[in-house]
Amino acid sequence: MTLLRNSGGFAPANPPTRSLAGPRDPHSVRATRSLPLARFINAALCAWQPIKKLLLTTSLLLAPVVLTGQGQGGLDPADIYKPLKDSWPTYSGDYTGRRYSALTQVNQTTVKNLVLAWVSRLSGPPAAAGAGGFGGFGGFGRGGGAAPTIIGGEGTGDFGGAGTPSIKGAILMVDGVLYLSAPDHVWAVDARDGHELWHYFWKTRGGTHIGSRGVGLWHNYLFVETPDDYLVSLDARTGKERWHKEIADFSQQYFSTWPPIIIDNHVLVGTGNDLDEPGFLQSYDPETGNLQWKFYTVPMNPGDPGVNTWPSLDAARHGGAQVWVPGSFDPATRLYIFGTGNPTPGYTGVGRKGDNLFTCSLVAVNVDTGKMAWYFQTSPHDTHDWDSTQTPILVDGVVNGKPGKLVLQATRNGYYFTLDRLTGENIVSTKFGSTMNWSLGTRPNGSPDPNPEKEATVPGSLVSPQEGGVTNWPPPAYSPDTGLFYINEHNSFNILYLMDTDPRGSMGLAGKQASGVGSAGNFLTAIDYKTGKIVWRHPYSGGGGGGLLTTAGHLIFSGDGSGNFVAFDASTGKPLWYSRIGGISNAPETYTLDGHQYVLVAVNDALYAFTLN
Amino acid sequence: MRSKDGGVAAALIGLAIVVAQVAAQGPPPAPAPPEGGAQQAPPQGRGGRVGRAGGAPGAPAGGGGQRGATFPAQQRAAGDPAVIARGKTLYGINCQSCHGVDLRGGDQGGPNLLRSQVVLSDKAGELIVPIIHGSRQNMGMDPINLSDDDANAVAEFIHSVAATMQGQGGPPRGNPVPPSEAVLIGSAMAGQTYFAGKCSSCHSVTGDLKGIGGRFPDPRMLQNNWVGGGEGGGRGGGGAGNGKPVTVTVTPAAGSKVEGRLVRIDDFIVILEQADNTQRSFRRNGDVPKVEIHDPLEAHKTLLTVLNDKDMHDVTAYLASIK
Repeated sequence: MTLLRNSGGFAPANPPTRSLAGPRDPHSVRATRSLPLARFINAALCAWQPIKKLLLTTSLLLAPVVLTGQGQGGLDPADIYKPLKDSWPTYSGDYTGRRYSALTQVNQTTVKNLVLAWVSRLSGPPAAAGAGGFGGFGGFGRGGGAAPTIIGGEGTGDFGGAGTPSIKGAILMVDGVLYLSAPDHVWAVDARDGHELWHYFWKTRGGTHIGSRGVGLWHNYLFVETPDDYLVSLDARTGKERWHKEIADFSQQYFSTWPPIIIDNHVLVGTGNDLDEPGFLQSYDPETGNLQWKFYTVPMNPGDPGVNTWPSLDAARHGGAQVWVPGSFDPATRLYIFGTGNPTPGYTGVGRKGDNLFTCSLVAVNVDTGKMAWYFQTSPHDTHDWDSTQTPILVDGVVNGKPGKLVLQATRNGYYFTLDRLTGENIVSTKFGSTMNWSLGTRPNGSPDPNPEKEATVPGSLVSPQEGGVTNWPPPAYSPDTGLFYINEHNSFNILYLMDTDPRGSMGLAGKQASGVGSAGNFLTAIDYKTGKIVWRHPYSGGGGGGLLTTAGHLIFSGDGSGNFVAFDASTGKPLWYSRIGGISNAPETYTLDGHQYVLVAVNDALYAFTLN
Repeated sequence: MRSKDGGVAAALIGLAIVVAQVAAQGPPPAPAPPEGGAQQAPPQGRGGRVGRAGGAPGAPAGGGGQRGATFPAQQRAAGDPAVIARGKTLYGINCQSCHGVDLRGGDQGGPNLLRSQVVLSDKAGELIVPIIHGSRQNMGMDPINLSDDDANAVAEFIHSVAATMQGQGGPPRGNPVPPSEAVLIGSAMAGQTYFAGKCSSCHSVTGDLKGIGGRFPDPRMLQNNWVGGGEGGGRGGGGAGNGKPVTVTVTPAAGSKVEGRLVRIDDFIVILEQADNTQRSFRRNGDVPKVEIHDPLEAHKTLLTVLNDKDMHDVTAYLASIK
């Protein structure tokens, strides 16, 4: 495995591309052509590598020149390298995935004075788009004048966009403006009072409209994915569209929820699919929308790494491993570290015997080349739709008395892992779910060993957790002040019946019936990353939801699943403050504006901004 | 992949104004948001998927609810029935032995056509027909001697089948489903022994479970219900077993105990309904007031953590025999 190092650290940098020693990774494809062609021209492009590198380097050097022409107020990508504080410039706040803000104005002493500053209900599909209208909000949120609505898209818009949008992803806050999305929607909102500045609506071709995890910002260019597989670039100041590019084949039933991640001059793009198609992560040029590289997460060609963990190349090429929750980025090694989704067919593994690499794995790729440096499989041969896409957290810590560059991940299957992020070597594997019963333990390399008896069976197998997992996309958090990794933990049981005994296996997520038979307790859980041991659990009477935020104010913010937005003591999990605003639908965030710290959270189509009285 | 999205859109509009006034003080005195908010239950609200294979119905499609049948395969205009019928015949003669009668792959190694990227991306035979004519001989696909018209008819037939695929990548219906009786693999005698040891302190086959096998003629349903602890045992376990509600006893610092059916509890409030159908609510602050919850499903929740599949199947076989 190729390992890259430089002397960067978490400092702003615009590092040049560097040459890679070692053989070309056939897993990675560089292309500027249309995607379906990519793997067929793989070999030809191999010879192009030196030239491509030169071009890439050149574009990097040119980038600052290009953007000076874009006016004020944009986001310099170098700013995303800074530790999270006043703004919220990328999905997790910064590249570490910690969701730890250095802000302290709201702290254990002052949090009792946290009150609602404003609430804003976002506008829904415009009537002109053929969808249902939207209600007003008693004078709140609209700023006294209608915000411009910009309509794009290539469909009729009558498939998924109609209905109340719901915020289930990150909200960027840059220079006093919030940027957020829902399927087929993007909004810019004034962070001071919540009024809309503009609203972009995408007329969809259809597809699975399950969520939109947010937007990416590169200078004044905004990026969002649509459910029908376009990467759309908008002018952040006006909402006017710059271009849109198809990032996956809609006819192959890909759908896209991922929030574009900006790293220097890369726009990282993931997609989803439920129909036995291969997963991939791609990098696009923010200026032109041209493809920079494409990394497949399953073997696509004979001899590809991992192909021997599948019964056939055909099985591997239909093996899933979708990339639909962002990872984290280590500037020192240029490694982008992310989790992959479940293998497919999801519940019937009979036709894909083996570990099924690189499904349900933590994978590190070089962000400039798309080449894999290492992987660690967190759920070999999954048969329960338990993706391992959960946000990894990068920590520089001490384990067993030695300083280490670490990556922490708690996966949907209920396991917690601490790895060496330079090599992918396993350091800690523990269960954080309280009632999981599907594994036989861990293998010598730290990967869980699945119990085949806990797959779906004709007479039924009693399995914990249910298909939603012990955790899911809502992100965890980590506080360097406490050294604790925080996660919302869900325990539950279902009986899994095999409903398709075809020896070829079923397809997609079909072939089973899952009958829930009980909840088994939900918690805000704090884990010591050095040992994987649970330090404390705070029980929820509801489910916990939306994801977590922690701050230097020694607080954790989360929904409690009972309709409350709650601040907890980061050391003990004791609730310190709450507001009953409804079911929290995204992970809380915080930022500073005009000297005041705000805490922001969404309840479906309503934004709530809290600040100190 | 499938996340746990698809919550319930809570009706919060009016409430927000109240919240603005009481955010720091506590729960609004006005009617609370409806029960079953987006996170009320553990991670199972997935939104109303169309064509979902098995499983319980999801929560009502909330914000941006999911639609299943909106991919191009489902959107494709139906072809000429006569052409499709001819294509079906030609498929049976020329393709079926390798690709299977259901197009999901055959004994001779032909790949599953329903998840084939060629089939999915084909619009009107432009990708499929050349392969029929031999463009993939290097991948083991022999040329088939069909005219362009006939090859196009085969493509139309393939698309007509692909159009019947279910949501989330599920194949067309039609594959045999195991009968519910297939659940009955256990030993009724062993189940009786287990029942006597673990269940009979609360249940009796001559009492509350009299005729249980007859009341649940579907053994799969029977198994789901007894393991979950009653009619409400499905997805998440609900709050009640056999119609018995969860009750709560609240002992205020000053004053007498109050008892009733548990309406809602979180870290900050407990609400109960008294025998006269009136509600009482109490602000919670740590251990004050003292709150005792009586969950009739408590024993089942404990059982879930120790029950193995053999015992489960044995007890199901035993209960199914109680007519």
